Amino acid sequence: MAQTAHTSPASRRPALGRLALSLIRRADPTPAVALRPLPAAAPAPDRTQDETSRQGSHRSSPRARGAHVQIEALSHRYRGMKAPCLTDIDLTVTPGQIVALVGRSGCGKSTLLHLIAGLMQPAQGGVFIDGNRVRQASPRWVMMFQAPSLFPWMTVTQNAALGLRFAGRAGEIAKRVPTLLEMVELTPYAQRNVQDLSGGQQQRVALARSLATEPELLLLDEPFSALDAFTRASLQRDVRRITRELGLTVVLVTHDITEAALMADRAIVMAPEPGRVVADTPLNPGLSPDDPRRRDCPQFEAGRARLAEIFETLAGR
Amino acid sequence: MTDATLHDVSDEDAAARRAHALSWLHSLGIGLLGMGLLLALWALGGWWIANTPGMRAFSQLAPGPTLERLWQMAQRGEIWSMSWPSLYRVGWGLALAIAIGVPMGILIGRLGWLRDLTNAPFQFLRMISPLSWMPVAVMAFATWDGAIIFLITVAAVWPIMFATAAGVRRIDPAWLKVSRNLGANPFHQLFYVILPAIAQDILTGIRLALGIAWVVLVPAEFLGVSSGLGFAINDARDSLDYARLGAVVIVIGVIGYALDMLCMLAIKRFSWLRSET
Repeated sequence: MAQTAHTSPASRRPALGRLALSLIRRADPTPAVALRPLPAAAPAPDRTQDETSRQGSHRSSPRARGAHVQIEALSHRYRGMKAPCLTDIDLTVTPGQIVALVGRSGCGKSTLLHLIAGLMQPAQGGVFIDGNRVRQASPRWVMMFQAPSLFPWMTVTQNAALGLRFAGRAGEIAKRVPTLLEMVELTPYAQRNVQDLSGGQQQRVALARSLATEPELLLLDEPFSALDAFTRASLQRDVRRITRELGLTVVLVTHDITEAALMADRAIVMAPEPGRVVADTPLNPGLSPDDPRRRDCPQFEAGRARLAEIFETLAGR
Repeated sequence: MTDATLHDVSDEDAAARRAHALSWLHSLGIGLLGMGLLLALWALGGWWIANTPGMRAFSQLAPGPTLERLWQMAQRGEIWSMSWPSLYRVGWGLALAIAIGVPMGILIGRLGWLRDLTNAPFQFLRMISPLSWMPVAVMAFATWDGAIIFLITVAAVWPIMFATAAGVRRIDPAWLKVSRNLGANPFHQLFYVILPAIAQDILTGIRLALGIAWVVLVPAEFLGVSSGLGFAINDARDSLDYARLGAVVIVIGVIGYALDMLCMLAIKRFSWLRSET
């Protein structure tokens, strides 16, 4: 695993979590290592080293470009609400890592994702991406929602090209969008209206649209929960494959244990009232990151069962 | 297997096209039948007028003389010369109503406080017949054209504004969130999300507004001006030329119908909602 080689201060924390003898790490409200955000001017110092190391291991990726995400002493409460919906969240996601936030509804996992995306601002603490505090939405970190929310007056190509258009990069559309559509296997539908597509295909368009601006971080807010089982399985597989090929950092919010085990390298278990992290565990440590993670693979099934057990014990009623 | 499937598909295609053509012919037939009924009713009225003592002066209003006069007017190019000033005034009035109504409608739809603030005054103003502004308009504008365009604008602005506001309120909030997430600024949101999303609502508002504007136009042209369809009606009445009166009425109806059809086509063109067909 490339990530274990990191020695930079920013990535020490998850390494600690991973090296812990116990697979279950109780979230410590007072971290032993005081974490400082990286200086705003300097990008994460381990980036170049990280990219070279990962380029070596995945030949299919032209350049690896995952974001480093650090959440520091973050608390949030909605206006007019007495109880905080998130308390003392400290979390680091290293570049290229795929992390699942799992928890029952109301544990604040979706709120946390919105805060990372900059679609909301936390009451206390902050989110730092590559050392810079997140203050607003940006095409560098893109969120995908449960509903594909495509624009029904546009074709598949026009939808996928939207981020480039907004970024003033319309010149790249002709070159980049066909590549994206090929990646999500929608090339034959390029000129079709999105209303002609099935739910799964629409979510694939949404994925292409999210990836168009070459984001470093993909935030998935239960993006497959409205799909049927077969479509969901193929999208789970393809999203993992594509994001790994691109080297993206991914944060996935889900209430589906199997989905977390299928897609993520690491699971953060959250509990409600107040929303907090109760466990942080690696997933499938024995399997290669490129393993297809079939349900009939005993190692995968064991990992899934363990996550389910952690979830049952710690995630609240 | 593939051949059979292809064959079936093209067969189904042809069947669908036949069914479509059939239903189109059917609706055309019904439409023609309706117009025929109207013509028959008109002929009946003409016959009644011609055979009622004391009404005979109006007998020229019957279909025969009216259509004959219409043909004459068409040959002399009179139809065009009387319609053009009216179309010019309606065009300007409608353009101004769109220029005011669409931005106002978007603001009212987006801003709750503005909606609350303007609701009562707008509903109040909307209920005042635009023609009651006639004396004010005549005083306020240097030209008669200006006054008429003002009256048409006042009549047409409300349906456009309210239809736009209703459309904006129905926009899926997820579209705005997604576009913001993709890096859209407010300008992008307006031109790539809001306006395309409500194009159909705006056009429906314009269609309603056009109907009202066309109705208001004729009485507005009764005063002052010496051109246009309203003037032609007034002129025909003053010169007791009832065949001409009838012919102008037909011109007004046909143009209004044609403009409405144009709006319908535009709505069809810009509608992104899938119909059941």
